[in-house]
Amino acid sequence: MAVAIVKEKWQSRVGQVVIGATPEQGGTRTHTITIGGDSTLPFLHFEGEVVNRPAVAMEVNDVEPDWHPLLKEPFMDVINDPAAWAKKCVEEFGADLIYLKLTGAHPEGANRTPEQCAQTVKDVLAAVGVPLVIVGCEDDDKDNEVMAAVAEAAAGENLLLGLAQQDNYKSIVAACMVHKHSIIARSPLDINICKQLNILINEMGLPLDKIVIDPMIGGLGFGIEYAYSIMERARLGSLVNDKMLAMPMVCTVGYEANRAKEANVDVDEFPGWGELKDRAILWEAMTATTLLQTGASLLLMRNPEAVRLVKKNIDELMVSNA
Amino acid sequence: MALTGLDIYKQLPKKNCGECGPPTCLAFAMALASGKAALDSCPYVSAEAKENLDAASAPPIKLIKFGAGAALGDETVMFRHEKTFFHETTIVVRVSDKLSQAEIAAKVAEINDLTFERVGLQYTVQGIAIDNESGDAAKFATAVQEVAANSQLSLVLLTEDAAALKSALAPIADRKPLVGVATAANYEAMVEVAKGAGVPLLVRGENLDSLAELVEKITALGYKDLVLDSGSRTTSRVLADLTQLRRQAIKKKFRLFGYPAAAFTQEENPLDEIIQAGVYVAKYASMVVLNASKKEHILPLLTIRQNLYTDPQKPIQVEPKLHAVGEVSADSPVYVTTNFSLTYYTVQGEVEATRIPSYILAVDTDGTSVLTAYAAGKFEPEKVAELMQKFEVADKVNHKNVVIPGYVAVISGKLQELSGWKVVVGPREASGIVSFAKSNFGA
Repeated sequence: MAVAIVKEKWQSRVGQVVIGATPEQGGTRTHTITIGGDSTLPFLHFEGEVVNRPAVAMEVNDVEPDWHPLLKEPFMDVINDPAAWAKKCVEEFGADLIYLKLTGAHPEGANRTPEQCAQTVKDVLAAVGVPLVIVGCEDDDKDNEVMAAVAEAAAGENLLLGLAQQDNYKSIVAACMVHKHSIIARSPLDINICKQLNILINEMGLPLDKIVIDPMIGGLGFGIEYAYSIMERARLGSLVNDKMLAMPMVCTVGYEANRAKEANVDVDEFPGWGELKDRAILWEAMTATTLLQTGASLLLMRNPEAVRLVKKNIDELMVSNA
Repeated sequence: MALTGLDIYKQLPKKNCGECGPPTCLAFAMALASGKAALDSCPYVSAEAKENLDAASAPPIKLIKFGAGAALGDETVMFRHEKTFFHETTIVVRVSDKLSQAEIAAKVAEINDLTFERVGLQYTVQGIAIDNESGDAAKFATAVQEVAANSQLSLVLLTEDAAALKSALAPIADRKPLVGVATAANYEAMVEVAKGAGVPLLVRGENLDSLAELVEKITALGYKDLVLDSGSRTTSRVLADLTQLRRQAIKKKFRLFGYPAAAFTQEENPLDEIIQAGVYVAKYASMVVLNASKKEHILPLLTIRQNLYTDPQKPIQVEPKLHAVGEVSADSPVYVTTNFSLTYYTVQGEVEATRIPSYILAVDTDGTSVLTAYAAGKFEPEKVAELMQKFEVADKVNHKNVVIPGYVAVISGKLQELSGWKVVVGPREASGIVSFAKSNFGA
């Protein structure tokens, strides 16, 4: 009996965003990464096109991060050298992109100058050929200075820069426009603010294909279901031609998953939860792969073992089921 | 195809007695067509009409129960934000009958122990599947007995040999296991065994087409307590099949696929296996059968299941009261937060991390977060002061300092006035509690 396969007739597709620029395009990357572009729900090859595979960016910090020792272990030989750290992520752990956090800029931390931050970016650009995602230190005023300097120092590289937020987007959007970069637009789990911010950024003159949505996820066990539904709604919106929701989505998986107690407490402290090592790997990987099912296009991750699991899952899901 | 209200109306007694609820038979027919009523509420419907109307009045995906409370199916939506997912994916751990008795005992003990406490909830796997991997009927029967004797979990019996199933099932039929596997080659004998024992049957096709064909033959034999397996085992194909089964049932009311679906993992490495199972939990499996049985592997899977099956309209709440964290004393700090479970447990986790035994007063905000609660007038100083009185906070500690979330700093003046306590404005995010406690309580 031939079952008539039910296919939705979507009117539109997710927008595509290119990250990075090769020498011909005015940058120095060996290749670019394109995300988005699907014309169906995640991995439903039988119904539409799954154009680009979701990409994994691995996190590199400019100062030693306050991570669990198990999570830091694979990076201990490079933890004070962002360029070497980035190189290791690409060469040993298969990172598609590098996600560089300029945490050291924070006024209450290392308080690095914008020039120092720009130099770190240059060092990382020189060390790896993959495109970069770069965010600041989460101090609005300082980030505005730092991102202006970074955008200028890496002009033409088409970095994916963050973060534009509803109450602080103008300066970073301007820097992206002048120096030819793309932007992360972050909204707090709210589809209306998300659209509003995209409209504001677009009105300043940055094209829609230069914007990636950060919906502010929760990690596994800590509100991931809110992100899951917001992201599903955004994906459905993009498929029914809501242009202001049709950007690809980026998720701060490594940060959110590793904040969870389940990714940090040892089996001695919580015997009922089993060994920490595998639990922590799965906490991050499950956060990532669950969000892949809602339409995440770019995953910002930390744990090399979790990255391996997620990339394998993507490989499997990219096999056609038409 | 689904029947329209008028199609249904033609089959009803047309007495307009109103005993079913709606005032007229036509109104009742409309309610039936949209799935808002059940035919059972009509006392006068004829047996013949009842049979004809079963298709229209049945839920799009049949509810199948087995064992000690496993419930599969009866889902009504494709996306949880449309309403909610109702019956969480039943997680079943597979045990091969090739294992020795001691190995089976050890594995069963490990599976029995797969219950977890986190954020005030209990997570658990539902069942054990005994797989007749040996192909030997006697070994299968022994393994089933062994598992049944040592576990109260729901049981699934997996063999393609109907005779082996029959003899293994007989001594434990009162446990009402899910049995299988019915295939094109054995379905008649399998249906007879399942029907005889009154237990649901797992049906396996080689793809969706052959599955539909097989279900048609089985339902023609009069058996409809089924769980479906398309037979696919690769992640991408299973995702497509599970999506299709759900869509066919809900959007097309395709009766042959109106049963819950099961998925079987294929990965050898337990971490890969859990990730594969996670895809099936998110996308439409009512039951997943897997091999992993270590706590550190199962907890992340049960957590995502719990998260995705939470009703989006009903946030999970903790009891609004004064909670003690650690060995509290009269010197313990007092924090105030909301009773939204996620907020509460995030705060509780951070308070624990300060290593200072403390009290947390959970204000009843109908399960909303701090900012949402404040915006909705559910985090008012009057309410907090009243709760402090009600739970006799003053008698529990020898100081008069209360810490409120940074986001509601604006209520501090009024709360101070009402309670007579010194109100300390804490951090906005729970993640700031440890450093806050360090500078304020000298940890």
